[in-house]
Amino acid sequence: MALLADIASWACLIAGSLFAFIGAVGIIRLPDVFARMHGAGILDTLGMGLILAGLMIHEGFTLVTVKLVLIVVFIFFASPTTTHALARAALNGGVEPVVDGKNAPAAETSERTGGPSKT
Amino acid sequence: MLQALSLGAVLYGLWLLLSGHYQPLLLGLGVASTVVVVLIARRMDLIDREGHPVHLSGRFLLYIPWLLWEIVKANIDIARVIVRPKMAIGPTVLRLKGTQKSELGHVIYANSITLTPGTVTIGLEEGVLSVHALTREAAEGLISGDMDRRVTAVEGAADGRGEHGA
Repeated sequence: MALLADIASWACLIAGSLFAFIGAVGIIRLPDVFARMHGAGILDTLGMGLILAGLMIHEGFTLVTVKLVLIVVFIFFASPTTTHALARAALNGGVEPVVDGKNAPAAETSERTGGPSKT
Repeated sequence: MLQALSLGAVLYGLWLLLSGHYQPLLLGLGVASTVVVVLIARRMDLIDREGHPVHLSGRFLLYIPWLLWEIVKANIDIARVIVRPKMAIGPTVLRLKGTQKSELGHVIYANSITLTPGTVTIGLEEGVLSVHALTREAAEGLISGDMDRRVTAVEGAADGRGEHGA
């Protein structure tokens, strides 16, 4: 049983690290700010989730596992918020999203004008 | 009042789990600090249907497993796109109308989109979302409107009063 838990825990840790690595490669390879956010999205969902799941399996049913679950919950609330803030900052800074190889100024005119922040 | 009680219960549960101490004195101190925090939150007008949406919890808990599964599928898709030597990406910016009635519903929808790799919400104005999608498939998945319908279902028909965006 302990062996089984160890195997499951290591499988999660390795898979999580793999996704985190792919996310990092994505951040480097993808062409512009907005596309790179998708690479970061892999990091903070499946990469983070699988690594923490591996740690939870390793810990079993203890208070440490509860804290790990809370970390997952908080990251799931915080990460879209920060991504959104980053995207808004980029738009307000005048970065145009590259759409299929060319810029699309029409796509973000209304974001520029601002208006009350909704989040 | 319901919100205040549930906020207190959530805070106290969180305190218990994080502290791991179960002596009477410490439990009492935990109750005292929870009550103080709830009172402060009340004075600051933070306890309302938007700040502590306890009325959504049940339906929201049903939505989470579906969202997690979507996130896993999208992760695999995007990871595959990234590791291919020739990245087959087709970035687009879409405008979507969220059918949710409250701002809270729109925020849940926007955050769900951002959490799913391949799509990031870059703007939310008056219930219209600007979404940056990395691939055609990711964009089409959103246009199908499945997630939109599910978030609207989370919000429920009863949630018409109080906070309103549009």
